[in-house]
Amino acid sequence: MAYAYHEKIARINLTTGTVTVEKLDTDVAKKFIGGRGLGTKIIYDEGCATVDPLSPENKLVYITGPLTGATAPSSGRYMVVTKSPLTGMIASSNSGGIWGAKLKYAGWDALIVEGEAPEWTYINIVDDKIELLNAEEYLGMFSEALDDTLKEKHGKDASVLSIGMAGEKQSLLACIMNDKDRAAGRSGVGAVMGSKKLKAIVVRPTNRNADETLASAEALKEANKDVMVNIKENGLTSSGLRELGTACLVNVINSVGALPVRNWQDSHFEQAEDISGETLAEKYLVRAGACHRCPIACARVIKVGEKVVGGPEYEPIWAYGANCGNNDLEVINECNMLCNEYGLDAISTPCTIAAAMELYQRGAIKEEDCAGAPLEWGNGDSLREWVKRMGNPETELDYLMSSGSARLCEHFGMPEVSMSVKKQEMPAYDARAIQGIGVTYATSNRGGCHVRGYTIAPEVVGLPVQLDRTVTNEKAFWVKTFQDLTAVIDSLGMCLFTSFALGAPEYTKLLNAACGTDYTPEQVLELGERIYNIERMFNKAAGMKPEDDRLPKRLLTEPVVSGPSKGMTSKLEVTLPEYYEVRGWDNAFPTEETLKRLGLDECIAN
Amino acid sequence: MVEVRLFANLRKGREKVYFMEPDTITTVQDIMDRLNIPREEVNILLINGFHQKPETKVNDEDIVSLFPAVGGG
Repeated sequence: MAYAYHEKIARINLTTGTVTVEKLDTDVAKKFIGGRGLGTKIIYDEGCATVDPLSPENKLVYITGPLTGATAPSSGRYMVVTKSPLTGMIASSNSGGIWGAKLKYAGWDALIVEGEAPEWTYINIVDDKIELLNAEEYLGMFSEALDDTLKEKHGKDASVLSIGMAGEKQSLLACIMNDKDRAAGRSGVGAVMGSKKLKAIVVRPTNRNADETLASAEALKEANKDVMVNIKENGLTSSGLRELGTACLVNVINSVGALPVRNWQDSHFEQAEDISGETLAEKYLVRAGACHRCPIACARVIKVGEKVVGGPEYEPIWAYGANCGNNDLEVINECNMLCNEYGLDAISTPCTIAAAMELYQRGAIKEEDCAGAPLEWGNGDSLREWVKRMGNPETELDYLMSSGSARLCEHFGMPEVSMSVKKQEMPAYDARAIQGIGVTYATSNRGGCHVRGYTIAPEVVGLPVQLDRTVTNEKAFWVKTFQDLTAVIDSLGMCLFTSFALGAPEYTKLLNAACGTDYTPEQVLELGERIYNIERMFNKAAGMKPEDDRLPKRLLTEPVVSGPSKGMTSKLEVTLPEYYEVRGWDNAFPTEETLKRLGLDECIAN
Repeated sequence: MVEVRLFANLRKGREKVYFMEPDTITTVQDIMDRLNIPREEVNILLINGFHQKPETKVNDEDIVSLFPAVGGG
């Protein structure tokens, strides 16, 4: 065993029902780290870029990193890598909980799932034993009940990953749930699972130790001790996120005038306090929750009526709240719970409803189209009803809504109403008010997304330094650095939130200890750069065009109407060329020289 | 009047909002002193939505927002 891996991948062909054990190529793993990087390399090499995402030819890679489940902070993470049916480009959705760690403890580095099962199936893994079982009886179940049922059957110490009804119906907004309320949320990865008639993957390791894969368990313990000092000294990772969760951002982002309102028609919400992290804690919080091996504990466990369930993050609070003109936190909590139960992306789902509400405002969707749930701003009953309809679509409009805002708005002849990039909805930070995040959105390989280069840290929160959010200077450099570092973290199997306290030197220390390597922080950032570039080349092969690196027109031409950022627009025309220059890209794609520098010669012919 | 807004755990033992006469304070530091908020507990300091320093002067009708360590995504 080497490089913190078991060197074991299971290839599961659902068409034939066969499981093949393959040896992980550790030279390739070393070049792409693991997780997001290695998963992308696998599907790039296997030609998934050119397949129909919902066909048997697409592949789903569930993949751990060298640190998944190991002695490192917040290391319970895995990645789902596939071709996205929402964007038609790379999808790599990250999730926490404990499922990823258990997959690693069971002795697997990754699962590659291909083909399409003849009937609904689930995969049951106990250590090196993998079996395919009939899942017909579990169709239509909510994720929490399914989790309980499958644990009842396979053991309380099993961990369950599944799709909900949205995935069964191949909604392009379907996510993959694990451990009840953790989600590989974005880019429609749940629809790919549904297209393969794969309902769930249960994993139960009988040995909880992956130390045997490490170059030195002792060295990793020492490195962990060092980096935990940073985690404990940082106010955010030591207590801030535990106290208020990510929802603490509602008041921050609104105070700088960057909280999009009513589908981004404005960017300051008068009732922000009603839906804030402070109010969530005061009225609904039961306790903080944490994923496997996580000292940060950002998760919320809240009361929804009589139920105690996973609570909303900042993003869905904003999306069901300010973005839908709604200040009723109880409605937001219920809708977030419904998203988890139906297995829907908790960002794209409410953002699509917000787009539909604007279509309704403009008269494109009429009241009679809404079947009793008018798409009025702030209508809580309609919000709840539309989540259910999108989770289990029946009518043509249900299906359209469940396909995301880009397809919905295109259908109604108003494509500019969709606040998306590469057909994926943008999250909760207005790029008119914060210049760097607009570059992140426009150039994200998986479409509108904040966690591919979270420049909100320096531009708003002051980590690691405070930048001026309103200027374009140096933002291209910051975006590139954050994108590359994030690619590293996502590939290691750690949580991005550790980066509030840790930087490239700390991740390098952990990686070197686990893998027995002697990288410098600069070399580790270059690994991230390589990953970002192969993702881009996957997109190129999938048919991405330079004009796909864009922002919705509204952000460039319609200034913010009120609040602190009144009058601002995104200056993407300045930052995007600067970004391509720092990346060594020409017109949205890496030059041959850049590919050679990064050791991506295999992509040159693409 | 200067409006002072406190957030997250800075609210513990304090009000959410204070209104202060502008002639009784010169800088944000004066506000923090009056409310017994140690400088190291404030991570984000905004005046009218823009990042400033404790030394920044405060004017009538300014909105001053103080946050401890917050973030997420």
